[in-house]
Amino acid sequence: MSGYLQAVLVLLAINVVFAYGAYLPLAAGQLNIGLAGFAAIGAYTSAYLSNQFALHPLIAILLGAILSGLVALAVAVPVLRTRGIYLALATFALGQIIRAAILNLEFIGGAAGYPVTGFVGLPMVLGLAFAVVVIVSLLFGTRFGIAVRAVQDDERVADLMGVEVRGFQIAAFTLGAMIAGIGGGLYAHQFGYIEAQYFNVGLSITIVLYVILGGIQTTMGPLIGATVFTLLPELLRESASWRYVAFAAGVIVLMAMRPQGLLTRGQLRQLFAWRHVHGSTHDDGLAGHVA
Amino acid sequence: MFAQQIVNAVMLGSVYAMVAVALTLSIGVLNFLNFSIPGLFMIGGMMVWALAHAGVPLPLAMAGALALAAAASLVVERFTWRWMRTASPFVPLVSSMAFLLLFEHLAIAYWGSDMRVMPDAFASANWRFAGLVIGVPQLVGLVCSVGLIGALSLLLKRTRFGRALRTIAEDSETALMLGVDINRVVAVVFVVAGLFAAFAGILFALNYRQVHPFMGEAVGLKAISAMIVGGMGNIWGSIVGGLIIGLTEVFAILYFGADFVDIAVFGLLLFILFVRPAGLLPGMQTARAGI
Repeated sequence: MSGYLQAVLVLLAINVVFAYGAYLPLAAGQLNIGLAGFAAIGAYTSAYLSNQFALHPLIAILLGAILSGLVALAVAVPVLRTRGIYLALATFALGQIIRAAILNLEFIGGAAGYPVTGFVGLPMVLGLAFAVVVIVSLLFGTRFGIAVRAVQDDERVADLMGVEVRGFQIAAFTLGAMIAGIGGGLYAHQFGYIEAQYFNVGLSITIVLYVILGGIQTTMGPLIGATVFTLLPELLRESASWRYVAFAAGVIVLMAMRPQGLLTRGQLRQLFAWRHVHGSTHDDGLAGHVA
Repeated sequence: MFAQQIVNAVMLGSVYAMVAVALTLSIGVLNFLNFSIPGLFMIGGMMVWALAHAGVPLPLAMAGALALAAAASLVVERFTWRWMRTASPFVPLVSSMAFLLLFEHLAIAYWGSDMRVMPDAFASANWRFAGLVIGVPQLVGLVCSVGLIGALSLLLKRTRFGRALRTIAEDSETALMLGVDINRVVAVVFVVAGLFAAFAGILFALNYRQVHPFMGEAVGLKAISAMIVGGMGNIWGSIVGGLIIGLTEVFAILYFGADFVDIAVFGLLLFILFVRPAGLLPGMQTARAGI
C-alpha cells in the first residue's frame, strides 16, 4: 500500500472516531464545540503513560479515554445545567481552557509539543475506528439509543414519558468525550508527536461539521459525513487554500439544499425495508425539531 | 505603569466591544450566533491593509474595506438566515462557521498566510498625558466605538426601524403579520453587524499594525466571551463585557504571562455561564435563545 493511501486512511479513521465523539452528544441534542479539549486529554494522557511507564499503546489509549470521560463526567453536571447556545459556549470555553492548561504544563512539553515513543500501526487504527462505529451503532439499538433520540426530539415529552433526561444527557456527553479521547490517543500514537495547538476550536468545529453534514438522524450519518468530507478535499490536493474554500462552499451549499444532512432515517428505512415505506419524507421533517 | 495597563486594556476592550455588538445584534434579533462575524472583522483589517499597501489614501481604504464587509455580510444573510430560517437551528450556525472558513481561506488564497504589517498612518502621533502614552488611533477608536454603539442604541429605541427590529426579536411571525418587511430589516441588521465587525477590524489594524487571515479568530472568540459576560442581546452589555475581557486579558499577561490569557478569559466565561448565564446586564430576550 502506498504511503499516501496509508496516510489518507489513517486520517479518515481518526476523523471517523472524532465524528462519533461529537455524534453522541448531538444525538442527545447537545452541541459540543469543545471536543478537541477531550481529544487532547486522551492524546496527552496516553502519550504520557506510554512514555513514562512503557504501557502497551492500546492500554494507554484506553486509559486516556477513561480519564477524558472522567473529566467530562466531572464537568457534565455544571455544564449541562446550561442549554442551547449557552451549552455550546460552555463546552467551547472548556475546550479552550483544557488547551491553554496543557500549554502551561511543562512536564508534558508545554508549548514545545510532546514526542510520543509508542506507535500504533494502520491495522490497529482502522480496527479501533471500526470498533467505535460498531459499538455506537449497537448502543443506539438499545434502550439508550431510543431514550437519547427521544431527548433530542423533545426533551419535555421525553421527561413526561419517564425518560431520565439528565442521566442520558450526562451519559451521552461523557461517552462522546471518551470516544474523542480514543481518537486523540490514536492520533498521538500514530503521528508520534502532539502539540496543544492542534487541538484548537477549529478542530472541534470541523468535527461537528462532519457530523451535521452526514446527518444526525442515523448512526451511519457521522461515518458518511467524515468519509465524504475527508476524502473529497483529497481530490483537490493541488492547492491547499482553495481546497478549504471548496470545502466551505460545499458546506454552505449542502446546508442550503439539504439541511438534514446527507443521510436520513427515512432513507435508511427505505433501503432496508421489505416493502416501500410510506411517509419517509415525513420523517425528514424531524430535522426541524433538533435542539 | 498600572494606569498605562488600564489604558491599554480599555483600548483592547473597545475592539472586543465593537465585535461583541455585531454578535449580540445578530443573536438578540435573529436568535442566531453568527460565526461569520470574526471573518468580517478579518475582511475589514486585511482589506484596509491591502488597499493602504497599494497606495490608496487611508479614508478611501477604510471605505473600501467597510463596503466589502457589508457586501460579504449580505451574502452571509442570503445563505444563512433568509434561506434557512425554517430549518433546524443548527443549520444557520453551521453555515456561518463555513463562511468563516471560506473568508479565511479566500484571504489566504489572495494574500498568503503571512502576518502583514500595516503602514503607520499616524506616525508617532502619541499624546502624553500625565505620564501615559495614548495613541491617536486608540483614542479615535475608543471615541468612535462608544459613539457608534450609542447611536445604534438610539436607533433601536427611537426610530421606526428600531421598532420593527424589536418586533422581529419578539416574534418574527407576528412582525410579518403586522406588516414589517422582515427581509429588508434583517438585511439591514446584517449590514450593520458587518460594518461594526469590519470597523473593529480596521481599528485593530491601525492600532496594532499587523493583520493576517486568522486575525478574526482570537478576537472573535474573546468577543463572544465579552458578549456573554455582558449579557447576550444587550448592546451596552457588550461594552461592559468588552472592557471586562480587555482588563482580564491585559492583567493576566501582566501578572501571569501570555500563556495564561486563555485560561483567565475562558475561565471567566465558564464561571459566568455557570453562575449567571444571562450575563451582568441581562439582554432583551435571553430566555428564548435556544441556539
